[in-house]
Amino acid sequence: MAKMTMVQALNLALRQRMEADDSVIVLGEDVGRDGGVFRVTDGLIDQFGENRSVDTPLAESAIVGMGIGMAVFGLRPVCEMQFSGFSYQAFHQIESHAARLRRRSRGRFTVPMVVRAPYGGGVRALEHHSESREAFYAHIPGLKMVIPSGPRNARALLVSAIEDPDPVIFFEPKAVYRAFREEVPEAEERLPLSRSQLVREGRHVTLVAYGAMVRPTLEAADQLQAHSGIEAEVIDLLTISPIDDELFTASVKKTGHAVVVHEAPKSFGPGAEIIARMMEKSFYYLEAPIIRVTGYDTMFPLFAREQWYLPNARRIARAVQETLKH
Amino acid sequence: MSVSNDQMIEMLRTMTRIRQFETRVQEFFAAGKIPGFVHLYIGEEAVATGACGTLGATDYITSTHRGHGHLIAKGGDLKLMMAEIFGRRTGYCKGKGGSMHIAAVELGILGANGIVGGGGPIANGAALAAKYRGTDQVVVCFFGDGASNQGTTQEALNLASAWKLPVVFVNENNGYGISCPTCKSMAVADIADRAAAYDIPGVVVDGNDVLAVYEAVAEAVKRARAGAGPSLIECKTYRWRGHFEGDACVYRDDQELADWVKKDPLQRFENKLLADGLLDAAKVESIRQEVARELDAAVAFAEQSPLPEAAEVLEDVYA
Ligand SMILES: Cc1ncc(C[n+]2csc(CCOP(=O)(O)OP(=O)(O)O)c2C)c(N)n1
Ligand SMILES: [Mg+2]
Repeated sequence: MAKMTMVQALNLALRQRMEADDSVIVLGEDVGRDGGVFRVTDGLIDQFGENRSVDTPLAESAIVGMGIGMAVFGLRPVCEMQFSGFSYQAFHQIESHAARLRRRSRGRFTVPMVVRAPYGGGVRALEHHSESREAFYAHIPGLKMVIPSGPRNARALLVSAIEDPDPVIFFEPKAVYRAFREEVPEAEERLPLSRSQLVREGRHVTLVAYGAMVRPTLEAADQLQAHSGIEAEVIDLLTISPIDDELFTASVKKTGHAVVVHEAPKSFGPGAEIIARMMEKSFYYLEAPIIRVTGYDTMFPLFAREQWYLPNARRIARAVQETLKH
Repeated sequence: MSVSNDQMIEMLRTMTRIRQFETRVQEFFAAGKIPGFVHLYIGEEAVATGACGTLGATDYITSTHRGHGHLIAKGGDLKLMMAEIFGRRTGYCKGKGGSMHIAAVELGILGANGIVGGGGPIANGAALAAKYRGTDQVVVCFFGDGASNQGTTQEALNLASAWKLPVVFVNENNGYGISCPTCKSMAVADIADRAAAYDIPGVVVDGNDVLAVYEAVAEAVKRARAGAGPSLIECKTYRWRGHFEGDACVYRDDQELADWVKKDPLQRFENKLLADGLLDAAKVESIRQEVARELDAAVAFAEQSPLPEAAEVLEDVYA
């Protein structure tokens, strides 16, 4: 097993899927010769040629729209949006067509397409280059919205996303891209979509997070344990939509307390849905109001206040203390 | 269009400002004082200078992610720009926009734009407003070769031509959209060829010749002010730096860059003015020194300015 960054792990997933299946084609701005601005598609053009690692004109709507047509006719396109903040240029193709074709055609047309996009803050970049707007896509029936949190699950989820028969929006936490390494086995691994994961067991409070927020959440859990003996259970959502509510509602039944963490703005964010599910399925077990630790309802700030905007271990731990007062 | 001697010397000063401003930004970025992404305009100074040289104070521009040069040429205050790029609260956008989102409404600068292709429709809207109110304002929409392939750009060209809006579309063809050469992203040899599809004038100019840019844009501005509608001016040029600072530029060869550096638009204009006897070497040097002092002041202002307070993050979202 090799220790890899998330960028390397994603590259491995693409390479192995392309080796195994010649219908897998990567397309997007600068994905070919340049290897992608974050180097996720590095070297694919050398191994598979420019017909399978395709540099497109600068036109997100054309990229995703083509992906739909390719997918309908038997190919497995993996489209790259250079930053998730540019995916809105392709929104109509995603929302109006990719998500709807299966239903419109009563299952005869399917769109096995992946749209990859780096998202999130922590890299001192501006607005569109830092934001976290997964809720846009999670709200759309017919799409799957996946966000890995580390190199190994990123690789396994991307393999599953490429093999999935439906369109998957795959957000990659750019703050995690090179932040740490994990053992990633050479042999292809898969993780089921729409399954969350228990990453830390505990009995006092349930913490739900995903993407780049999993690390500060685990850090908060460690601090709480060390300083106050609080045992936090941490669940990594992995797929935002369709959401897996079994694990976290079962956890809340055990702990009676919950804190939900995301860097997206608070209002109408994924946290609202997660908490609504907890209310629907585990209301009678709750002992305290559920708290959200999130970004704020504003545009992503420039670097100087970025760390103020982003949830961190301290804010998460404080929220846990708050909910445990009840 | 005749350009007065004073105007030419002013253009040389503007180009010098842009060159020096960008060189400072490059140095501060390398020193880690400017975070995020910056896209420098070095090598393309003649385009912004020539195009904005045709405009009055009340005319508008829309800019791009590579926008510092446009802003300087439209009269942007170097201190407020530098402060914004440093993310300080004294900057044009209170340190909330950064390099790619500088807007200066009082100068008619509708904004640099982090979204490639974002400017065209906004330029049309500003032009429609001017037309509706019966002013004679025009809008210059700067956009790159990459941006010319975005649907929004083509939508804007069509609409402006159908409604005869007072817009001048100034294309900066520097040969690449990040790593993608124009020969791979479009079949036409000249972006200006696309004007034919919209039945508007399409002109190719040497984008490293500030007077050629000025003349072509001035003609288009005159046309727009007279109510005859938009034009598309393609300026062929080259960016000397990587796409963004830190770009390894694996996609282009050193010789190509070296050839373009020989066509340095600033040096070329300087040489012309010297040859024409409009100024002497001492005057050129004094312009450089004056600009250097302006930049010293701008940098000092930026460095001494405070960062935004945390609470300011939540301000300015609504009225
Ligand atoms: C909608 C959108 N897609 C992608 C990007 C990323 N990006 C920034 S600049 C750029 C290339 C722009 O090329 P061009 O229009 O030729 O301008 P140049 O950089 O050459 O000045 C790309 C792909 C973006 N900012 N916005
Ligand atoms: Mg270009």
